[in-house]
Amino acid sequence: MNSEITIIMDSNSENESFARLSVAAFVSRLNPTVEEINDIKTAVSEAVTNAIIHGYSDKNGKIYLMCKIIEREVVIQIKDYGIGIDDIKKAMEPLYTSKPDMERSGIGFTVMETFMDKIFVESRKDYGTTVTMTKNLIAS
Amino acid sequence: MQINASGKNLIVKIDGDIDHHVSMQIKEKIEREFKLLNCANIIFDFSNVKFMDSSGIGMIIGRYKMLEKLGGKIYITNVNEKLNSIIEISGLKKIIGFYDSVEKALKN
Repeated sequence: MNSEITIIMDSNSENESFARLSVAAFVSRLNPTVEEINDIKTAVSEAVTNAIIHGYSDKNGKIYLMCKIIEREVVIQIKDYGIGIDDIKKAMEPLYTSKPDMERSGIGFTVMETFMDKIFVESRKDYGTTVTMTKNLIAS
Repeated sequence: MQINASGKNLIVKIDGDIDHHVSMQIKEKIEREFKLLNCANIIFDFSNVKFMDSSGIGMIIGRYKMLEKLGGKIYITNVNEKLNSIIEISGLKKIIGFYDSVEKALKN
């Protein structure tokens, strides 16, 4: 059965674990493999962390997390109304980080691309960023 | 998280997930204890870590760079298979030694 959840949360770093565990709990009805659930948790963690430290630059803001199950496809959307990304192509380059002083590895988008099947990033300067990711789970 | 010193080695045993929130706490604690206990190297024990994202990778690379300046070394031990993919993507194995146990890392 198809189903959907939406969570609106503050951009606190404590919510990174809440976000990935909520999505993992919601998706568990599809009996994903250990690897699939780990991939999804990691991708959610990356996107929510980006919203907190880049989108809102550690200031207060709301993060909108939507997760939809369509048969065995999982669609996850993470949206912020923060500063937006100037150059999406550059932001998605492996090892690129706009905050080198913060010990960022610069592989967040690479991880999302590798662990999910598809990723789509929409962003507008001063309006925010939306990351949409999908993953098809193997038949249970 | 438990931090102990064995000679010049700071042994950092982390419990639970390593994300951006936790990485900031780990970083602060290591920097304090490293100076306090007068250590030269860092050995991470990941036996109780079942999740890590790229913030954890950033935290490890940060400690690697810190030790590189001081002439010390960093070792990672007891990595769970759930962490394999993120570690492979990061390329950490090219710069850091991985061992099955803290004892094996201490011998090197």
